[in-house]
Amino acid sequence: MADVKFMKGNEALAEAAIRAGMHAYFGYPITPQSEVIEYLAREEPKHKYVLLQAESEVASINMVYGAAGAGARVMTSTSSPGYSLMQEGVSYIACAELPCVLYNAQRGGPGLGTIQASQADYFQAVKGGGHGDYRLIVLAPNSVQEMVDHTVLAFDLADKYCNPALILADGATGQMMEKVTLPDPKEWRPTEDSRSEKPWATMGKTDDRERNIISSLYIESNDMEQKNHKLQAKYAEIEANEVRYEEYKLNDAEIVITAFGLSSRIAKKVVDIAREQGIKMGLLRPITLWPFPKDRFDKLAADPKVKFFISLEMSVGQMIEDVKLVVSGRKPVHFYGRTGGIIPTSEEVLNEVKKHI
Amino acid sequence: MKEGYKVIYKKPSLLLDKRMHYCPGCMHSTVHKLLMEVVEELGIQNETIGVCPVGCSVFAYDYMNIDMQEAAHGRAAAIATAIKRVLPSKYVFSYQGDGDLAAIGTAETLHACNRGEKFLFIFINNGIYGMTGGQMAPTTLEGQVTATTPYGRDVTKVGWPLKMAEMVSTLPGVAYAERLSCWTPASARKAKQSLLKAFEIQKQGLGTVFLEFASNCPSGWKCSPVKSLEWIKDQMLPYYPLGVYKDVTKKD
Repeated sequence: MADVKFMKGNEALAEAAIRAGMHAYFGYPITPQSEVIEYLAREEPKHKYVLLQAESEVASINMVYGAAGAGARVMTSTSSPGYSLMQEGVSYIACAELPCVLYNAQRGGPGLGTIQASQADYFQAVKGGGHGDYRLIVLAPNSVQEMVDHTVLAFDLADKYCNPALILADGATGQMMEKVTLPDPKEWRPTEDSRSEKPWATMGKTDDRERNIISSLYIESNDMEQKNHKLQAKYAEIEANEVRYEEYKLNDAEIVITAFGLSSRIAKKVVDIAREQGIKMGLLRPITLWPFPKDRFDKLAADPKVKFFISLEMSVGQMIEDVKLVVSGRKPVHFYGRTGGIIPTSEEVLNEVKKHI
Repeated sequence: MKEGYKVIYKKPSLLLDKRMHYCPGCMHSTVHKLLMEVVEELGIQNETIGVCPVGCSVFAYDYMNIDMQEAAHGRAAAIATAIKRVLPSKYVFSYQGDGDLAAIGTAETLHACNRGEKFLFIFINNGIYGMTGGQMAPTTLEGQVTATTPYGRDVTKVGWPLKMAEMVSTLPGVAYAERLSCWTPASARKAKQSLLKAFEIQKQGLGTVFLEFASNCPSGWKCSPVKSLEWIKDQMLPYYPLGVYKDVTKKD
């Protein structure tokens, strides 16, 4: 029988991580996602994972580096200002090619900002965040169910590509409660049991191999460039294989609204209301923010039926830049957004859409 | 072996045959050698994971034939914490300089000690930033001239040199804290005994072990290797006394 529960997004994510066979979690409390570490602390006696409340996000992300380098399935979670603090470590992890899962429950910024939901960390998530040429696999759940599904997926993708995977949600998706179907728990094995799957990990040398070194240091220019070529080849493979998106009523759409995460739920409602009023509207929701669903946007931009795009975001407009890059001037790309933790209503979005008809 | 000769000394096999990048006379090479001797003698090459820092010993992994991780500046203690937590049966050490351990990474150092993380800190305190060209360290002595204290360290402006071994010895999580040096052959031999003890304490899981080495920097101090050893004796040791600051294995 399916394991169906009524759960808060943050707690569902934590439960999914346990069921995904997580070995270790390191984190520092920050609103609006502290339920993750609280849930893991409550559940800890029943399981074998390592749980540690670190002294800072800087420490957390470096603990993630250490545990991932030692072969563990490891996760941290935080919210916007905390995620900013982690960026140096994320860059090191990306360069050292260590698999790990990161969760950012976005809150309004810049600065200390607000603890209300936001989507203004899109640039940080998909354009780098830290220094250097690197990419994260970025998943954008829009429901408690997807918080669970994406957590499991994030662990698998991270392991598959030896790359950090970021779940980019927001304070509201983390806080809201919904019905959720939980996956069957994966059999938990100690970190050392994954020696054969992670032959690069520093679990202690064995006589049949050279020592393993986890490092992001390439002091010779040629070595650094070669490393970058290797990373770019991996990123190209991820772009070819891992694009995910959802489309809704796009077949005959003349207006394409695009949104990710929480705002995509509003966008979907806007599509339904618009359709009732005879406006042919459809939704394209990127599920992976990186890799970005470029091909699908490209097809829509080339479709003569499509008159314009509108990007709905809880920011002043960040994803819209990627939409514009693909559309490349072939169609107008409009924008509607709210910030400061204000969630746009379907009515105000529809009014904005109508301005452009 | 020529007849009539016998081996009385050789470098540990775990110290790789790679030309070291350290400056002539630098004590890093001595501590590397002692560390690998100890790992070799204990037969724990396959059980030991090291973490190296950002600083002069950033390439320590090039010389030690064990699994190692290279940390971001100041974060070796966080990384060592995680490795030890997910692989509790392994021996883990972090190898850090004074900028790494006592400036940018002070929080990680103190919290790892305070949690009693069961790994070994090897702290090389030479009172200066060697790699970046001889700037002030948190452990630079009062009045000491460096690139960023050209008129000598003014403690009223930039604070006093940190005594890390003494500081961490106040924390309940720390099982053993000692300040050592390798400025004479006798002190180096003594240091090796402390390293052996450190691994034994880790085996028993008694808590954090903190070994601070009063070390030298002929390049940064702008003197000959021999003079640098004299400087340790005359300048450093009066402020940074050698000795055991905490030892939970000793019953009072």
